[in-house]
Amino acid sequence: MSALVLAEISDKGIAALTYGLGAIGPGIGIGYLVGQSVQAMARQPEAAGMVRTTMFLGIAFVEALALIGFVVFFLGQ
Amino acid sequence: MTAATGAEVFVARDLGPAPERQVAKDILKRGALVLPVALLVGLLGWGPSGAASVGYAAALVLANFWVAARLLGWAARISYGLLMGVALFGFLVRMALIAVAVLAVKDQAWVEPVPLAVTLVVTHLGLLFWETRFVSASLAFPGLKPSLQES
Repeated sequence: MSALVLAEISDKGIAALTYGLGAIGPGIGIGYLVGQSVQAMARQPEAAGMVRTTMFLGIAFVEALALIGFVVFFLGQ
Repeated sequence: MTAATGAEVFVARDLGPAPERQVAKDILKRGALVLPVALLVGLLGWGPSGAASVGYAAALVLANFWVAARLLGWAARISYGLLMGVALFGFLVRMALIAVAVLAVKDQAWVEPVPLAVTLVVTHLGLLFWETRFVSASLAFPGLKPSLQES
């Protein structure tokens, strides 16, 4: 009996899927980070500048994870 | 200003100065300082195409910081709710734009994948650590950054 192929994922597809999965973590991280920062700014408006600076740096650091995922995907192609 | 409660949190806004822009400006200045060295490394390691790739990747990283700072600064002046939305969707959109910008040129003759990829990560993280060092020395506010004589 011959095998029936219903779906096939190429190497490129797997790389792209892996990058997509890798971007989930940073997405959750940024959501949590910004949510907590907004709460902190709402509780203590006088510290908003400090919180926003830390938030911006935090977002950029978390973004680096997604960037690393993209670079691995790009080099793996 | 008093503390916002409940639904007020999402309509509250910050009309003060935008520290993100100040941080991004610092990062851009440092990026401009580091760029010649990075270009030289690319040139020595991979030739002219290496230097071009390094320049392209560094420009992408700096543009990413600048756009992120402008977007967050703009959103915070409108409302914290919009700030949350812009931070999340901005992340998705900027990552997609970087992916498109890189994939659009990957088959060009002047592109070397290794220096391009390495510069993307190293420049992003390197500039961030450099900035964080200064910010953490000044109670996390760039306006209070110690001067060269003090540090």
